Amino acid sequence: MHGFANPARFLRIARWLMPALLVPGLVMALGALAWGVAYAPPDHLMGVTVKILFIHVPCVWLGMAGWSTIAVSSVVELVWRHPLAGIAARAAAVPGAVFTALGLITGSIWGRPTWGTWWVWDGRLTSFLILLFLYFGYIALADAAQRDAAGGGGAGRIPAIFGLVGAINIPIINRSVVWWNSLHQPPSITMGRSSIDGTYLWPLLIGALGFSLIFGGVVLARMRMLLAQIQTEARLRRKALG
Amino acid sequence: MTTPSTTLLKPKHQRLVLVLFALAALIGAGLLAAFALSRQASYFYIPSDIAAHPPEPGRAVRLGGMVQKGTLKTMPDGVTIHFIVTDGKARVPVRFSGITPDLFVEGSGVVAEGRMEDGTFVADNLLAKHDEKYVPREMKNMTESDAKQVVAQTQ
Repeated sequence: MHGFANPARFLRIARWLMPALLVPGLVMALGALAWGVAYAPPDHLMGVTVKILFIHVPCVWLGMAGWSTIAVSSVVELVWRHPLAGIAARAAAVPGAVFTALGLITGSIWGRPTWGTWWVWDGRLTSFLILLFLYFGYIALADAAQRDAAGGGGAGRIPAIFGLVGAINIPIINRSVVWWNSLHQPPSITMGRSSIDGTYLWPLLIGALGFSLIFGGVVLARMRMLLAQIQTEARLRRKALG
Repeated sequence: MTTPSTTLLKPKHQRLVLVLFALAALIGAGLLAAFALSRQASYFYIPSDIAAHPPEPGRAVRLGGMVQKGTLKTMPDGVTIHFIVTDGKARVPVRFSGITPDLFVEGSGVVAEGRMEDGTFVADNLLAKHDEKYVPREMKNMTESDAKQVVAQTQ
């Protein structure tokens, strides 16, 4: 793993891996969305509004996957002090927050015709809104720590601790519909079982894979951007001193 | 001084143990909080809860459960409906005047906001709660073998 500690080596790989993730990701995500919207039949209760499934579910999955990325990177940063771990965590925060916001918006649009309300304060919806606020906190904290860390010191560890503590919300989101009575229905897809008919499940899974590839590509792009930013700042500082 | 023979653990492993302990404490705290919240964080009471601990009349509560099949009746005024919400064990009669959500049907889930009045739950608002199954319209009433046949024919 420490082979990638050399940013030059990482950047060489990221340069071709980024389009290799983004292009098939876009093709799969748009193809699955078109397939779902055009060909998936109406649901027996919801009718055509069931098609929001194809955008809502990948968005909320990636909203949670984004924080899982932050949490894993934070452990790697705290324990192994890997130089790219903090950058990976910061890079995942913004797309994670965007997917979380999209999940909340599409869920609200879906809730109005099916449940009869835009929003309720049940366990699932509330814990997911907290996830969005955790992202905002993380982004602000990581930016502040980055400016601090420019002068040396261990300020990078503060967002890592925050990322780890915030990870407790992920299992709470997952279990919220099981532990507590909620308006949101229980999970449709659990370990090896699905109560979603195949006509919806396949476009959903292909779309989710496509969205995940896009997420990976965006994280790599943001990591390259953050590395370039650090490099520029270091160069400017050297110039100012010399 | 800090040769491997004199230190118990390498700093890397010290940090790993520390993070694992912190994670264990964090998960423990989260689970305890979740269990402590188990009643307060629930969005609604089920009919058994209402039967076991009836809320005082007039207090705003939410009631959730299934609309029992065959109990949905529209009153002569055309906007007031009566139905029974059940969780399989207890039953609570509900009265509501107003527009119901599209997914509100007999045998489906419902969350009613309102209060108990003389043994009847008077709802101000109804929300439809659907289950986790997503099935196309044509397949709804088919058995599994029928559905497989249709799928085989259309492929």
